Amino acid sequence: MSDAAATAARAAAQLDRLSRWHPAEYVFWALAAASLLVFPSRYLLISDIALTGLFALSLDLVLGYAGILTLGHGAFFGLGAYVAGIAATHGLRDPLLGMALACAAAALLGAATSLLVLRGSDLTRLMVTLGVAAVLLEVANRLPALTGGADGLQGMDVGPVLGLLPFDLAGRTAAVYSLATLFAVFLIVRRIVHSPFGWSLRAVRANPLRAASIGIAVDARLSVAYTIGAAIAGIAGALLAQTTQFVSLDGLAFHRSADVLLVLVIGGVGWLYGGLIGAVLFKLMQDQLATITPQYWEFWIGLVLVALVLIGRERLAAWPRALWRRVAGRQPA
Amino acid sequence: MTAIVALETVGLCRSFGALRAASDVSLRLMPGARHALIGPNGAGKTTLINLLTGVLRPSAGRVMLQGADVTALRPDERARRGLVRTFQINQLFPEMTPLETVGLAVSHRLGGDRQAWRRLGGRPDVVEEAAAILERFRLDDVMDRRVGALPYGRQRLLEVALAIACAPRVLLLDEPAAGVPESERDDILAAVDALPSDVAVLLIEHDMDLVFRFARRISVLVGGALLTEGTPDEIAADPRVREVYLGEAAHG
Amino acid sequence: MLTVLFDGIAYGMVLFILACGLAVTLGLMNLVNLAHGAFAMAGGYAAAIMVNRWGVPFLAALPLAFLFAALLGLVLERLLYAHVYARPHLDQVLFSIGLVFMAVALVDYTQGSQQQFIQLPAFLRLRFQIAGVSVGAYRLLIIAVCAAVALSLQLILSYTRFGSRLRAAVDDPRVARGLGINVSLIFAVTFAVGSGLAGLGGALGAEILGLDPTFPLKFMIYFLIVVTVGGTASIGGAFLASLVLGIADVAGKYYIPAFGAFAIYAVMIGVLIWRPQGLFGRVATR
Repeated sequence: MSDAAATAARAAAQLDRLSRWHPAEYVFWALAAASLLVFPSRYLLISDIALTGLFALSLDLVLGYAGILTLGHGAFFGLGAYVAGIAATHGLRDPLLGMALACAAAALLGAATSLLVLRGSDLTRLMVTLGVAAVLLEVANRLPALTGGADGLQGMDVGPVLGLLPFDLAGRTAAVYSLATLFAVFLIVRRIVHSPFGWSLRAVRANPLRAASIGIAVDARLSVAYTIGAAIAGIAGALLAQTTQFVSLDGLAFHRSADVLLVLVIGGVGWLYGGLIGAVLFKLMQDQLATITPQYWEFWIGLVLVALVLIGRERLAAWPRALWRRVAGRQPA
Repeated sequence: MTAIVALETVGLCRSFGALRAASDVSLRLMPGARHALIGPNGAGKTTLINLLTGVLRPSAGRVMLQGADVTALRPDERARRGLVRTFQINQLFPEMTPLETVGLAVSHRLGGDRQAWRRLGGRPDVVEEAAAILERFRLDDVMDRRVGALPYGRQRLLEVALAIACAPRVLLLDEPAAGVPESERDDILAAVDALPSDVAVLLIEHDMDLVFRFARRISVLVGGALLTEGTPDEIAADPRVREVYLGEAAHG
Repeated sequence: MLTVLFDGIAYGMVLFILACGLAVTLGLMNLVNLAHGAFAMAGGYAAAIMVNRWGVPFLAALPLAFLFAALLGLVLERLLYAHVYARPHLDQVLFSIGLVFMAVALVDYTQGSQQQFIQLPAFLRLRFQIAGVSVGAYRLLIIAVCAAVALSLQLILSYTRFGSRLRAAVDDPRVARGLGINVSLIFAVTFAVGSGLAGLGGALGAEILGLDPTFPLKFMIYFLIVVTVGGTASIGGAFLASLVLGIADVAGKYYIPAFGAFAIYAVMIGVLIWRPQGLFGRVATR
């Protein structure tokens, strides 16, 4: 074999490794599926974890890969929840149809607002994302005929998934539905981040000047990433609406956006599994703490955030990855 | 050979407040040109590069790339049309490996925007070309390391390799050898020499040794304006150029 | 019409006092401190407790509220904020949101979730007729105090040695240290004064803005708009941005109540489209 061919073969192998499934990934998803069998009494929690993980995954695409600092990601989640909820109160019973509508609405809003987000610095982005979410909350508040206003949206009628699985009180369908959706969307996102498009996002985040000078249309890339992130957040919102059969203004509140940031950083930013692991930890913690001091739950979130930063995000987020390495036997990409 | 001018500027001007960083610069590079741009510090070389690549908009004048007016185009659009640059200070992606970096550029150029569904490295032609470029710059032994962890000289080579991965029609080299050890300088020059002969190269450089080894024509920029242009021999013999450089040396 | 304008100016003035500290810490020191409103809330609650429970005169409570918030700012700066100056913006965002959540929960726990009112002395409840405009003494006081603060800030930053040292420390902390400037002291003092002013604003504006535990969250976006829209080139930018915002908000709520709440967002989006770097000069970027 010639030198050039040998180098090319090594290069191909190295690039192959980037997107290959690690054994730990199989373990992760096997555990997720097994949780349905092992904890039949916690279906609702499993569903909640899955949709939170999906929400955090969408933020990872926006923040972790594209590097867009946002405080208003909850807007897309809340919009998705309302669209799916309103669809279900207006006779559109099919959950997948409701989810598609929610996804489309969130994508539209994401595409429209991405034009504002592209402008300026981190600071402008914080302001715009916060502003968009605040406007949406205000709109939902002012249209009680459509959204139920402060009382929340009631009277949703969600049909069976695929016409086969009706939602049950124990939440078994909800858990299966949420987990399956999470897995399907995860596969798509995984594909995206390993594509040249995904790599161009990393390049833009690392150095927009250089990315542009190798021909990458920086603004267009960020805009597309933001829109995809918004669409996925909309799906997560639809899951919340359909599995709990209720939507309230809470879905659009600021703490949604802040919580999902925390979820993502607990597990680590920019490696796909951060949001999922973060969701597990966050929801378990919430489950425990909320039973002790339900109304002051936000205090503990605040404490965790402060501690997380002071101790060092990298150091803390290193441990899920370290555990991962131990299971996988090598470093994840 | 085609007669279309590779890169041409027509009366390019740019001021920052009262400072005229570029005034009436008209430059012309034919395909295959090996052109050097020299000038003392503060002569406006960086401004000119930024005007050429579209980072800055000129206050007056035009930039023509292969006969087409690109003055209104963004940097990435100019890059896709073949106007590619390197940076005086490394502008790389520290968390990526050289292979990922070069692979991204090659795959982006060959695949355009229609490959969101392929994975990086899914196309054999991309992999082969990326590997060939890395080999040409002797970066193949470190192609799986983090760029940020590479020694400075290696990063410098990658800086040029990345530009070449974009298959330039016109290549702007902004002090490519700054801080590079003598041995690796030759690698850079050799790689530039190995470019297809119709690619125009504009070298912006302080190192006169390198300039005279490389260039077939030289332009001298002083105070934002072109002082003169000629062959290396003409420039070396020009008393005005000597005065500019000696004058600078006397002050500095 | 003029009354609305007058109320808008008073409202904008309060916003300025609240946000000017942030304009300096965020704009100049490049610290994304979303918890700025928590210091305002601290000042507001301190004033409410002093006036309502301890019988401190309102006018005396104002400087005390300033001192309380400044001291709180100083302590937190030394203990916590000093560690995050050099961190990425994401860390600063997480950290300061964490502080906001803790502050909200703590105040809710100790003071209850209901809105607080500070009892104003009788002379501040007077109203005058000036050229046909009904003017409240309370709002006059606000405008007077805020104008004085704005003017002295501008003078301090432009003409004193502290101002030039602060600018040097911000431009390049390493060089400034080399010149013998105590950078961390300057940052601490600046942060404390900014927090103190927020506290003063919280005490002064409690009546207009409404004081409850969610205050830091409710006004976070207002502060960000003031800083971003105003740009960071000068105190004047933040001042004008505050006035525009205050007048837009009050006028919007008065004339088109159904959509008044959106007025400030319209201003925000309009400015962003028109001048992405803010109305007055460039926003610091990293």
